[in-house]
Amino acid sequence: MSILGTRVVRTEDPRLLTVGGTYVDDLRVPELDGAARVTFVRSPIAHALITGIDADLARQAPGVIAVLVAADIDDLPPPPPDEGNIEAAPLPMGGLWAEPLLAVDRVRYVGEPVAIVISDDSYHGADATELVSVDYEPLPPVVTIDDSLAGTTLVFPDAGSNVAVESGGEPDDAAFADCEVVVERTITNQRVAPMPMEGRAAAACWVDGKLTLWVSTQNAQIARFILAGAFGLDPANIRVVAPDVGGGFGAKIAIDRDAVAVAWAAKHIGRALRWTETRSENLVGMTHGRAQRHTIKIGGTRDGRILAYRLNVVQDAGAFPRLGGFLPFLTKLMAAGAYDIKHVQTGSREVVTNTTPINAYRGAGRPEATAAVERAVDLFAAEIGKDPADVRRVNLVTSDRFPYQSPSGPLYDSGDYASALDKVLAGAGYQELRAEQARRRERGDTVQVGIGLSSYVEITAADADGGETGRLDVHGDGTATVYTGSSAHGQGHHTTWAMLVESELGIPMDNVTVIHGDTDLIPLGVGTYGSRSLQLGGVAVQKAAVEVKDQARLVAAAMMEASEADLELDTESGLWHVRGDPATSKTWAEVASHAGPDGLTASVNYTEGQPTFPFGTHLAVVEVDTDTGKVRLIRHVTVDDAGTIVSPVQAEGQRHGGIAQGVAQALLEEVVYDSQGNPQTATLADYAAISAPELPSFELLTSETPTSINPLGVKGIGEAGTIGATPAVQNAVIDAVSHLGVRHIDMPATPVRVWAAISQAREG
Amino acid sequence: MEVSVTVNGSQVAGDVADRMLLVHFLRERANLTATKVGCDTSSCGACTVLLDGQSVKSCTVLAAQADGRDVTTVEGLSSGPDELHAVQQAFRAEHALQCGFCTPGMVMAAVSLLAENATPTEDEVRSGLEGNLCRCTGYHNIVRAVLAAAEAAAGSSGGPSPQASTVVAAEGNGAQ
Amino acid sequence: MIPASFTYKRARSADEAVALIAEHGDEAKYLAGGQSLLPLMKLRLAAPETLVDVGRLDELSYISDQDSHISIGALTSHHELATSELLSRELPLLAYAAAQVGDPQIRHRGTIGGSLAHADPAADLPAVALALDATLVARGPAGVREIGAHDFFLSLFETALQPGELLTEIRVPKPAQAGWSYQKFTKRAIDWAIVGVAVQGGNVALVNMAQTPVRAGMVEQALAAGAGPGEAAERAADATSPADDLNATTDYRKHLAKVLVRRAIEQARGRS
Repeated sequence: MSILGTRVVRTEDPRLLTVGGTYVDDLRVPELDGAARVTFVRSPIAHALITGIDADLARQAPGVIAVLVAADIDDLPPPPPDEGNIEAAPLPMGGLWAEPLLAVDRVRYVGEPVAIVISDDSYHGADATELVSVDYEPLPPVVTIDDSLAGTTLVFPDAGSNVAVESGGEPDDAAFADCEVVVERTITNQRVAPMPMEGRAAAACWVDGKLTLWVSTQNAQIARFILAGAFGLDPANIRVVAPDVGGGFGAKIAIDRDAVAVAWAAKHIGRALRWTETRSENLVGMTHGRAQRHTIKIGGTRDGRILAYRLNVVQDAGAFPRLGGFLPFLTKLMAAGAYDIKHVQTGSREVVTNTTPINAYRGAGRPEATAAVERAVDLFAAEIGKDPADVRRVNLVTSDRFPYQSPSGPLYDSGDYASALDKVLAGAGYQELRAEQARRRERGDTVQVGIGLSSYVEITAADADGGETGRLDVHGDGTATVYTGSSAHGQGHHTTWAMLVESELGIPMDNVTVIHGDTDLIPLGVGTYGSRSLQLGGVAVQKAAVEVKDQARLVAAAMMEASEADLELDTESGLWHVRGDPATSKTWAEVASHAGPDGLTASVNYTEGQPTFPFGTHLAVVEVDTDTGKVRLIRHVTVDDAGTIVSPVQAEGQRHGGIAQGVAQALLEEVVYDSQGNPQTATLADYAAISAPELPSFELLTSETPTSINPLGVKGIGEAGTIGATPAVQNAVIDAVSHLGVRHIDMPATPVRVWAAISQAREG
Repeated sequence: MEVSVTVNGSQVAGDVADRMLLVHFLRERANLTATKVGCDTSSCGACTVLLDGQSVKSCTVLAAQADGRDVTTVEGLSSGPDELHAVQQAFRAEHALQCGFCTPGMVMAAVSLLAENATPTEDEVRSGLEGNLCRCTGYHNIVRAVLAAAEAAAGSSGGPSPQASTVVAAEGNGAQ
Repeated sequence: MIPASFTYKRARSADEAVALIAEHGDEAKYLAGGQSLLPLMKLRLAAPETLVDVGRLDELSYISDQDSHISIGALTSHHELATSELLSRELPLLAYAAAQVGDPQIRHRGTIGGSLAHADPAADLPAVALALDATLVARGPAGVREIGAHDFFLSLFETALQPGELLTEIRVPKPAQAGWSYQKFTKRAIDWAIVGVAVQGGNVALVNMAQTPVRAGMVEQALAAGAGPGEAAERAADATSPADDLNATTDYRKHLAKVLVRRAIEQARGRS
């Protein structure tokens, strides 16, 4: 029996559980002996001109080695020009919108790096940053989307506009002409903080013109590419290492300016440096996610058929439009969701504000699409007085239509959306939940119950043609080493990739070492984001294993003096033998030892022709205290179909974590600025990250609809939770108080907001 | 000032700044890096260690306050990766960690929780972990691991906890 | 984040603590469990030049039955309060509220004296001390004095403690009426109260409805005059001045106070 699909515990865990792994700040390597500490001086003001920086006091403070500012950066090549390729790669936009390493003559958000203090330890660094005196001439802050669209103050005066990217044609109202019912609403998909438990961190040293940068990143190879551009270096002169990485959630894709600045400073002063940000820096300095405003318009017939849907997105890009039009691009791509809607229109604008830049956050554009369409469907259902489950069932793309061409662009590979919905409804006991809701409404209970649904389809490995690398070596002692371009930061690649090797070759997974995140060992790779790892990186490893098996077959055939066609590999025992003669066999150690100078090795760069489209349904049950507005999530039931499941334990773990983050966005988390652009949620005392008491145990139902896009039949699972959970919970909260006249509550559904919505509805 | 702290049974002594936080003493002086810093406000629990047997946030304790006392970090729970403490074992068997950054603090919080309440309910486990944030697991499997560790301890009537299979993870992670 | 530099002094007795503070002047502060002070110092919102650590004064860590009242040493931890059999029998309001402070780690380190002396209007125990008509005992250069809880909390983070005075004991009379309730309303379990209500018999105190914890005097009068919980609770927000902040508007806090006071009175009556 194959090990694939079995409940294997992780090989990563013992070190993490006993010595806590080795994250950047834990590194105790010789290259970093005596490394000095970097502490950034960050802007305390949202928008201002810098008229002077006086660092003399700081330079004389105890333990301070140097203080560096933008004027010291005279040894880097000019930044690349704006190539206008805004929807391509997760790279900063260049040209007019370019982001300097340190603020030059103006700051654009609270938290922007202004100067670098280098000191013997972090204590002296913290002291010295207070002594760096920066003269700011305040400018009017552009805090909200409306501020930005007004255009009274420009964040980039040279650009002539606060709108960095605009796309989509004129809205066509004719599509709604045949609709008996049309609902239109503007809703907010609020700004949230990715907040990995490990913040950003880097350590740099230069030896003989070669940079080694240890950095907490999801993509060592992309980081190297960016560093090569920044320093004008041959990539061969840069080694990027991602040691253990304490979560990323999209915010550690590639590398931020801060880490590049650390590498630059190490070169500039000729000393190894370490940098580990504090949480207070992390909450303003690391990119945020979401931050979209949606105007949705949905129309259809009174009996529940949706005929037309329009989504207009305004993306608050923050102070630097790093992902260009990419996030709204994904939102628009997935706008139609799991529904068969004849007319779908989308448009988007991306605007800059004096706030922390926006980047990917678990789901990156797709949760926003799902949130919009799932709210729209519920608004439509409420308007026609139909059960939202029934409205969904009528409009979901049916299983006989795959591959299905979505009106908003993509070709959905495979799915059975109605079955996911029905499975969740049955698993949750939907009718009984509705009956309980009716009883409470009838009695006028203070605590009402709400049931929320979200039927989603998402896109994983959206950049499937970017591919992923995998190399497999089988050694003379019978063990194997995998080199993968994919880079785990909690996803358990060591375990899953070893399972793939054991399944294909019969080498026990405990004898398989998996290496990732070191560009000296793996120069080519893409990394982990967008739920791409297993379907690209995993398949690359599996294909490398097949190639190694073919090589081994030749060697074993020669050793056993048999025709290679007669050679069989018993993947249970890991032994090669001649068909019909099980008594005589060769081990992997024996075969590899005879394999010649190159040994048994195969390298694969696997690309898929197209992305895959996982789907599912989430059902949330909440209780709402109508006197206080407090919401309690009491059940969360899901089907998340990501094709064939290789590691059920880890697939469940991905779902659990995503659900929690999704619930958090619906109920608790929001990055808040005051009217001057000062962050109000810059510590974890104020930023309401979700914790164990706010959550129930989750009820996961299984469903596996394999894809034919790749040989493993797998799709991505990493972002299903944030995509499915958020609208289900939001819909549940609104459902709980819909009988009071509430039609919508923006996220997060905090007590004060829910109470205000109830009060407003009661006042009519 | 001079401080001397018994860390995982060994004495760690030295001259430290009066303001040195215990977490930095552990990481920089004792060179025990399992204990992490995850926030500035005693909110996240990544720095949780046992001080005289009770869980504390070592980012909110001065090294000076720990002078002469016993500190246990996750490194002190077991002799190494091959022999896990019952709570570590349960975390592995239940897949209660992903990126691992919150894990040392979470494990120490769980050890303290079980020392004070050997047979907690699910709700008690959830409230007992209110001071520890995890961004990966959604807490689902962490809660299960703590309950499983409690059950294992009850089942073994005070003796050493049985080592779960290292090959097969806990069943029934899904629908309940 | 890291506190600014300071000098650390450890006191071996309460007398020595008082002497040390006197010696180091205005910029010296007592350090008990440090669960409120150290986070402020790390954020550099507080920067005392000297800390006098009273955390090891076992002489100030006790809970004892004094017939008419319970005496609690100021350095008794929240955890000890929450798990005290004596308190759960005689002052269940205090034991329960102590279990709602922060999280387990904070409750292991944090002390009742530290919490009261810090005087955060959003904290749990100051309002509980008010509802219980506690008397606070302070020791200073001029000797020992007693301060009623209703005279103790002066303003935001400001108490009646004179410079150099150390809070040493909290004396709580055994309640005449047994019914009690503590209602803590938060977004998340670990959060400070958006609003809280402590009820002991006919005493009603509010958390986070003003610059200090306050007694809901109009509610108490209404109850004394025979009003029911709902009617009395309508007066809960009278004479309060709650903040408008990230978590709540002023109006919402006033509304919450009414809801929570009603619930607290109902629960207390159910327990009497």
